[in-house]
Formats: sequence, structure tokens, C-alpha cells
Amino acid sequence: MTMPPIRRRRRAAERSRAAGPVAHAKHALSRRSFGALVAATAGAATLSACASGPRTADPNAPLRIMAINHVWSQAIAEYLPEFEDLVGRRVSMRLLTADQLSNSYNVKLNASATDIDVMMVRALQEQILFTRNGWLADLTDLVEGDAAYDWEDFQDAPRERSVTAEQVVSVPVVTERPALYYRKDLLEPFGGAPATLDEMLDISLELADRDNGFFGYVGRGQRSGAVTQWSSFLYSFGGDFTIDGQSGIGTPEAIAAYEFYGRLLNEAGPPGVTNMSLEQAMPIFAQGKAAFYIDADAIYSNFLDPGISTVIDTVGFAPFPAGPAGSVPHNIPSWSLGINEFSLLRDDSWEFIRWASSPEMVARLQADGIPGARQSAWDDAATLEAFPPDLAESMRINAENGKGTDRPDVIQVGRARDIVGRPLVAGILGESVPPVAADADAEFADFLVRDNRQREF
Amino acid sequence: MPTPTSTEAPTAAQRTAAPVDRGTTRRGRKVLTFEQANRRLKWSLLSPALGFVALMIIFPLVFTVNLSLTDAFGAVNADNVYIGLQNFADALTDTRRFWPAVWRTVYFTVGAVALETVLGLALAMLMRKAFRGMEIVRTVLMVPLLATPVAIGILWLLILDPTNGIANHLLGFVGIPPQEFLGSVSQSLPTLMLIDVWQWTPMMTLLLLAGLSTLPEEPEEAALMDGANAWQRFRHIILPMLRTTVLTALVLRGVDALKTFDVIYATKGPGGGSGFEAETLNVYAYGLTFDYQEYGLASAVLVLFTLFIVAIVVLLRRRTGRTEA
Repeated sequence: MTMPPIRRRRRAAERSRAAGPVAHAKHALSRRSFGALVAATAGAATLSACASGPRTADPNAPLRIMAINHVWSQAIAEYLPEFEDLVGRRVSMRLLTADQLSNSYNVKLNASATDIDVMMVRALQEQILFTRNGWLADLTDLVEGDAAYDWEDFQDAPRERSVTAEQVVSVPVVTERPALYYRKDLLEPFGGAPATLDEMLDISLELADRDNGFFGYVGRGQRSGAVTQWSSFLYSFGGDFTIDGQSGIGTPEAIAAYEFYGRLLNEAGPPGVTNMSLEQAMPIFAQGKAAFYIDADAIYSNFLDPGISTVIDTVGFAPFPAGPAGSVPHNIPSWSLGINEFSLLRDDSWEFIRWASSPEMVARLQADGIPGARQSAWDDAATLEAFPPDLAESMRINAENGKGTDRPDVIQVGRARDIVGRPLVAGILGESVPPVAADADAEFADFLVRDNRQREF
Repeated sequence: MPTPTSTEAPTAAQRTAAPVDRGTTRRGRKVLTFEQANRRLKWSLLSPALGFVALMIIFPLVFTVNLSLTDAFGAVNADNVYIGLQNFADALTDTRRFWPAVWRTVYFTVGAVALETVLGLALAMLMRKAFRGMEIVRTVLMVPLLATPVAIGILWLLILDPTNGIANHLLGFVGIPPQEFLGSVSQSLPTLMLIDVWQWTPMMTLLLLAGLSTLPEEPEEAALMDGANAWQRFRHIILPMLRTTVLTALVLRGVDALKTFDVIYATKGPGGGSGFEAETLNVYAYGLTFDYQEYGLASAVLVLFTLFIVAIVVLLRRRTGRTEA
């Protein structure tokens, strides 16, 4: 039988009294000392939870750079000792994949973290959002007030993309255009690389032997991942993501671009292409299983690497083929550098950006095969010697014809790409595009209204 | 030294040391009884752990619930407005993403856990009796459990690659045409279920094996004497006795399967694939948070997801309780 609590307590008290003063004193704890113990515990917990670092930088603290795992980052890392000698501070560089980098910024900067100084960002993907959140420092006076830095030397399209809310918030360091990678050996009977998209489709269909694992064309097919490469098809068909601030993905030009890209991958592409982004599509061409591949020109070195490529001697490079509206590829600043608004080392952060994007460093890196954003580097023939001649020529032509964006220019780029990519997937799966495009067009129109409202900052 | 008990009178020394008033010290401080002091000391010792739990579980939970009632967008610490239950209404009326994600979560969990239970039970029955090489078999069985989910995802992505993967080469030897596996809208979720089965069946096996080892042998021996065959002994003797273990294993694995994220994200990417074909509630909430930065709506989805899991656990626990009774 269970004893009632009051009786239990009384019995315990009697036992305690009966135990005598020695035992009593041994276990006694005064209220004051109990209170002191609790207060000390709570205080320690609160202090440890709330403790924040000093608001001024430790003189020995390293300059922390968060960057994408990219050839640019790997190349600049080799030159870092020069910069460390210049500023007298150690540099710590952390390389992550694009998604990891973006998520790290979201987690850390939501907590106003000071342990990031220089941020490698995608001007077209995150810049508007990060500026709206107040995470990127204003660099306007720094870039414009330094004659030796020569801000005007940056190409127009990348330079314009560095500005959000009338402030320069990033500096472009890597630029990107689409390149047409093709098999020279297979294209010889057709007179070389196709000049138009229609020619490319015809040859792709003719060369495709899908039952035996050979494909006419390979490219990105993931809903969101394919949007950036598809943008050049869209522009070359005369369309755009938005027209006068309204959705442009339901126009006849956009539908034609959706259908064309869908047919190319559906009839000449590999199986499972809707699950393919750069990482899955690139190896297929590198292993000699496709005749054509359109993707960023920055990845060309993969096809010249004997470790992963079987097409070293047969790969050719050509400008983006012309569509009904001509050849209008994108020419974008794929990666830029910015400064964390909460950084305690903003002066040294700017020194790093100034050094890493100086005319001399951009020329050096471009000579190593990493295309930069400075016109002076592009005008210097010596910096292009690292590239295969036909690639250098295609980059030059694409840069001349290119548009400065490859995705919708909105705050929520991720959601916008998901909407825009839906008809693309329908086309690739061989479904009828117009109804899906009409649905996506309506969704995108609603989205743009909401996004414009959020843009008032 | 013998401790005084209630039947013994206090010694002279003890009487001398005793305070004038039993409730206070000589300096007038209040003295706690042994029971009171013991109870307070217990709380004092527990308080750091309780504080940690409050900080790591209760605070994020309250923060998430609070966020779910706001229009938080872009940054968590940005200005936001309380909008009541609007996010919950938006989620519950979203037939494009939310409800399909709920359905996929249930489909994935029920399918994977059912297969794992059947296979786990079959393997446990096979391994019930000692045999030569049992330790090696058990060690090999543990391997999928030890690998990280992302590594497993990448491994299977390579194996199942429609063009370069080894799976289609092997299927070709037996005359089966190449499959798209994770590249297909219709095959993705079943393929992910099979990967989950490959990884987690060993855990079910170990749990059920532990349950089997506690069962008495006499009822089965009696049935054997009565002429019951192997299936009858399993169906009418072993399974009823093992029911509690099976239900406990179902709760543990079921809750874990509901929360599956890493493998799906590693193989299908954001949104669970191009047609959202593998987008479960967890993947959807992750996308809302990190791809769309819609923190208010993402929090509402997570609160609903948590309630969903709690409801399932309560239901299964009740069932377990009834079985035990």
C-alpha cells in the first residue's frame, strides 16, 4: 500500500530527528547555501551562454575567408603567402561546395557571426537577399575612391551586377559563359561545329545511338540546376525570364525554347537526365559518350585532364549556336567577393579583395586558365595563351554577345528557378509544354508580385 | 561507528552538539531536514543537465513555434510581423507541395519499415541458432549501419547511375533493360526505399534477435511435440510472444524513417528531384528554410511535422501498452 505524501514526509522528518544531531548536521544544507549553489549554477550557465567575443579584433586573429571549392579559390590559395606578408596577418581559407557555402552563410549570418570576414558569393543568386538582410558591407567608396584599383576596368555586365540598392556590395572575380563542347572527330563529316541550334539538334539526333549508350547531346536536366544553362537557349529564341517586370515564361518564344531544349534531351540525351546537373552530365561527355555538351566554359579543363577524360584529343570548343534571335548566351560574374557586415577585420578584408582582384592578379590568374572580369586582362593576348585557341575565341565571341544574367533577377532566386524549371522538366520528359508553361507562368506572375513587395528595402 | 537509530538514545556528545532549537543553527540559520536537503541537493545536481536540455530542446522548440506565427523571411533576425495561424493555413491548403510531401513521407516510411520488419525478422530467425561463422555474418551485417547516410547516398548514386553505373551492367547480364532508377520520376521513391531497407534492415535484425533471445523455449518445444510445423510454431508461438519487441522496433525505426533526409538530399538534390518526386516533409521544410528563406512557413511545416510524429508515436505506444497488458 502506498503511503500518503504528508505522512511520508512526517515519517521522514521523525527519522531525521531520531538520527540525532551528528547525522543531521552532516546532511544539513541551509537555505542560503542552497540558494547560493543554485545562483552559482544558473549564473555560470547564463554567463557561458551569453558570453560574446570581444567587439574588436584580436591582433593575432586570422583573416577568415569562406569560398567555393573552385579553381579560382585553389589558385588564389597558392598566392596567399604573398598577401600574408603584405598585411602581416595570417589568412584562413575554408572551401565548401556552393550549397554548403550558401547554407553556412544563412546559419552564421542569421546569428550576426563575426567569424567570417571575406565572403565568396554568387552575385546573381544571393546578393539581393544578403543585401536586404544587411549582411554585405557597402564597398562603393572603396572601389570608386581608389584610382590604382581602376573599377572602370571591370567589364560592364559583371560590374553592373555588383550593385544592389545603389551600393557596390561585391567585386566579381570569376566570369562564365556557356561553351559548346563537341567531338571534332564525329563532326568532321558535318563540316565542324554547328552554327545554329537547329543544326545542332539535327546532328544530335543523327549521331545518337541510345541503345548502345551513345548520346547526341548531354546537358543539365534538373529542374533548378538546368535553368542557368537553358537561359542562353531562352535568349537565343528571343525570350526572357521577365519582360517589363512581368513574367516572360509563358510567351511563345519561351515555350519554343522550352520545347527545343526538352526535345534535345528527350530524343538525343541520356536516360535519367532530369536528375542531372553539372556533376552528372560532365562525366558523360568526358567519357566520350556524347557528341555535344553545353555548359560553363570554366569547366573546360576537365576535358583536358587525362585522369578523367577520354576526349582530350577530340574535344572542340565553339561559341553558343544561334537561335531564331541570334546567338545570345549569358556572360555572368559567377563568383564575387564581398565583406561580411559583422566582420571585425573590414580593413584587412578590403585589402584582400583589392589584392585578389587587382589588375595584376586577374591577369596572373587568367594566364593560369581562370577567366576574370577585367577588360585589361582580356585585352592582353598573353593571358589567353593558357586556353585552347578555339576556346579563347569562343569565350571572346560569347562575351561580346552575352547578357549579364542567367536566372531571374529576384530576391528568392531558388523559388523562381523551381517555377521556371517546371516546363523544362515537362519538355525533357516528353510531355506537352504549353499547359505546364501556362501554369508556371501564372505562378511566376504571383511570385513576382510578392517578390517586388519584399524588394522595398 | 554505529549510527544512532530511533530506538537508541542520543549519546552525551551528541546531546552537547545538538542546537538549542532543532530547526536553526547556533547562528540562527534555518536548518533543512535530511529529506529536504536531499531533495534540494538532487535538484541542484540535476539543474545543469536540466538547463542544458531546456537550452538545447525547449528553447529551439519555443523559438520555432514563435517563428511559425510570424511572416519571417530572408533572415531570422530581420523585422517580422505576427500573422497568427496564417502559415499553418497556407501549409494545410497547399496541394502543390505540402500534401504530396505528407503522402510521400507516409508512403516511404510505411513501405521501408514494413520491408525492414519482414526481412529483419526473417534474418533474425535464421540467426537465432548458433552456426559456424555467425560472428562474421553479424559483423558484415553491421556495415551498412556504420556508414554515414551521405556516403551511402553517393555510393548508390554511382551504382545506380543509368549510363555509367554497375547496376544496369549487371541487369544486362540477365536480359533486363537498363533502368533509370534515381533518374526516373516514378522509380525514385521506391529506389530510395530499397536503399533505406539495405541500410536499416540490420538494425531491425539486431533488435528482433535480442527479443528472440529472451523468449522461453518450452512453448515452442511443446508445440513441436504436438506436431506443429515450422510455420505454425512461428505464426502461433513465436510471433505472439515477440509482439512487444516488434512494436518497439517499429516505433524506433518508424520515427527514424519519418525523419529521413540525408540520403534523399544526397541522391535527389533540393526539392527531392525535378518533379519533387522524392520530396518528403523534411526535404520540403529544408528547402523552405535554405532555398527559399521562408522561415515562418518552414517553422509552421516543422511544427506540423512534429505533431504528426508525436501523434504516430502516441498511437503506437498505446498499441504497445495494450499488447503488454
